[in-house]
Amino acid sequence: MIDVLIIGAGGAGLTAALSAKDVGASVLVVGKAYPTNAQTSMAQGGMNAALGNVEKDSIDAHIADTIKSANGLCDEERVKQMCHAAPDAIAWLDSIGVPFSRIETDKIGSDTIAQRKMGGASSKRACYAQDYTGLKILHTLYDTCLKHDIDFLEEQYLLSLVVEDKIIKGATFLDIRSGEVKQIDAKSVIVATGGYSGLYHGYTTNMYGVSGDGIAAVLRAGGAVSDMEFVQFHPTALKNSSILISESARGEGGYLVNTKGERFIDELKPRDIVARAIYEQFSQGENVFLDVRHLGVEKLMELLPQEVALCKLHENVDPSKELIPIKPVAHYSMGGIDVNAIMQVEGIEGCFAVGECSNAKVHGANRLGGNSLLEITTFGKIAGQQAHAYASINTISKSNDTQLLQDQAYIQNLYAQTGSLNFYGQRDKLGKLFYEKVGIVRDNDSLNYAIDEVIAMQENLVRMGIEDKSLTNNTNLTDFLEFSNVLLLSSTIVSAAIARDESRGAHYKTGFESIDDTKFKNHIVFQWEQPQGETA
Amino acid sequence: MTISILKSDSTTPKTYTLENKETTLLHALTHIKSTLDATLTFTAGCRASVCGTCAVRVNGKEELSCAYKVQDGDLIEPLAYHPVLRDLKVDKHKAKETLIKSVSWLHTFKEAPLTPKDEKFSERQTDCILCDSCYSACPVYAVNPEFLGPFALTRAYRYTTDKRESTPKDIIDNIQSNGIWDCTLCGECTLACPKGIDPKMDIMMLRGKSVQHGYSDPTLLQQSFGEPNFGFDPNAGF
Repeated sequence: MIDVLIIGAGGAGLTAALSAKDVGASVLVVGKAYPTNAQTSMAQGGMNAALGNVEKDSIDAHIADTIKSANGLCDEERVKQMCHAAPDAIAWLDSIGVPFSRIETDKIGSDTIAQRKMGGASSKRACYAQDYTGLKILHTLYDTCLKHDIDFLEEQYLLSLVVEDKIIKGATFLDIRSGEVKQIDAKSVIVATGGYSGLYHGYTTNMYGVSGDGIAAVLRAGGAVSDMEFVQFHPTALKNSSILISESARGEGGYLVNTKGERFIDELKPRDIVARAIYEQFSQGENVFLDVRHLGVEKLMELLPQEVALCKLHENVDPSKELIPIKPVAHYSMGGIDVNAIMQVEGIEGCFAVGECSNAKVHGANRLGGNSLLEITTFGKIAGQQAHAYASINTISKSNDTQLLQDQAYIQNLYAQTGSLNFYGQRDKLGKLFYEKVGIVRDNDSLNYAIDEVIAMQENLVRMGIEDKSLTNNTNLTDFLEFSNVLLLSSTIVSAAIARDESRGAHYKTGFESIDDTKFKNHIVFQWEQPQGETA
Repeated sequence: MTISILKSDSTTPKTYTLENKETTLLHALTHIKSTLDATLTFTAGCRASVCGTCAVRVNGKEELSCAYKVQDGDLIEPLAYHPVLRDLKVDKHKAKETLIKSVSWLHTFKEAPLTPKDEKFSERQTDCILCDSCYSACPVYAVNPEFLGPFALTRAYRYTTDKRESTPKDIIDNIQSNGIWDCTLCGECTLACPKGIDPKMDIMMLRGKSVQHGYSDPTLLQQSFGEPNFGFDPNAGF
């Protein structure tokens, strides 16, 4: 039996794999696509570490900025741990070959790494590689995994965590190529499957397939999820395509202007504040644009080459000459699998979670730009070490095949189910519903409307099915499984948003416009006492 | 407008009718799958040219679905030289093995002084998204399926040129066989790359580095030490 099964092959999963292998664990990384396809590739702006390479900075300032942005909902000890670990994490990435952008200096090592300012930061703190930071970190991690002989299994769709007596035993997967439902036994499991903002389908910067599969699996298996109502809206996505334009565009000096050409907000406030300011402009009938023309072609091509290409391709706009039409869309999920200080999932022993799927309580009610790449590398390392430690000291027996049989039956039933309702249409409908009713500014009437709609959709799920009956390479089936997960999680998001009668960070509610620490300085946690006996 | 897609259940491409408006191919494929043909199988991710998932061939040329604007009459096919799993979905496993064979990673780290100029040495090469477009465009695969190929060699070059690598020869030693000398320098990979990477140039640079490490072009060796070739076979007919 392998020591550490890692589900998800993005930056968090790969870091955990390297860390677990480094301390002597046998490791298998399993993902629904290929490792470098992960959402990590889309992180553009940078990774925070108080190196002070460009201007004066301190770890204390990094901690203070992070805590301030979290609006009272983070675990301050965890924030300190992350910020203190940041310089070492950068040094480690530098040592495996991440091609960071550099500054002119006669120093060596990570003292040469360029840093830029991101929203909510008191100093130029984000280490970057042009505007491809996530891509270049992810690929370097992957190369390093190949160097260290990490085993990968691609195209495996997570169905369920196998849990007996609240102890992890492995997980079941649909092998997308063969159609086989199989179980992989493991002494410990690390869930690193990404967030759930993809449920704002059509109104998200996230890639296809960001459907919270691991979070849904934890919930079904009896683990806890928390802070689900906190979804970050990124201020600047392209208006028509929802493609992300990095915060670094503002960090490098870009302005936000309305139809009259007026600036209306300090562009480098945290994302929740800037997103609401844009929303306010929309409410007044204004359109909003990102203006980077004054930076000049040369600087744009040097610092933001990807953004320039994306604007031209998706919006037919040349940022060096024209205004970029933008809107805020769902970008990052602060909430997720509830984990303790060693990244172990509350409610499931031996199961760990890391990255966007987890709620390690470092981002609180609003994440700072540059802190997510930091989280996956610092806590990814901890998750790998802790999973190995757990696997080493515990005697773990193989599970029975109850879960496997159940999941095999579930998939078989899906093939038999005849759908009269096209779930793709429902997926679009859910995305729009969430953007409009569970979006940047919320109110209880809209939220109550949304929960009714979600419940109706959940009840209708039996009327939706797969049209494609192919047993192999059936992406109609995996799309349906993703939608089922999204639908499960959507009710937790709306319910928590309804319960939270206050405004804090990314959760802003009309009628309750301020923070209410007496009632709400706490986390809303969901956990089924009796794990649900089915896979969806 | 209409586009045709080569699906794996038929040798004849299937035609789909789309609204006449500017749209990316990925958007069109998603529309087809969700409303017209749920069996259409393709892979996609970020919509923003960075995850490397959605490369296909359009009218014989490699394109990222998310970055290509559909034209009336387009023929969409899966990538070449990859086993087709279903429709436009291909098996990229073999291509990925070339990364392992070419040992393209940082072997022995040393702390080094690095400047913006050094960053430029591998900036473009590290834009690679592993979409496999270059692998699909490379004609060497028609004759040598074991060729390490453009993206793996570009990645090998990226690490050999990194000042933090103190033993670049570890990489150089592993790209000689089925590697840099097997490339015909036709430049198809460079034309195919959606990120503007020039693997042909990287391969030429690696040849230069290999010579510095004592390697030489094996085809030249054959010419120097082989039998003179006068353009006919003296044993013909015997």
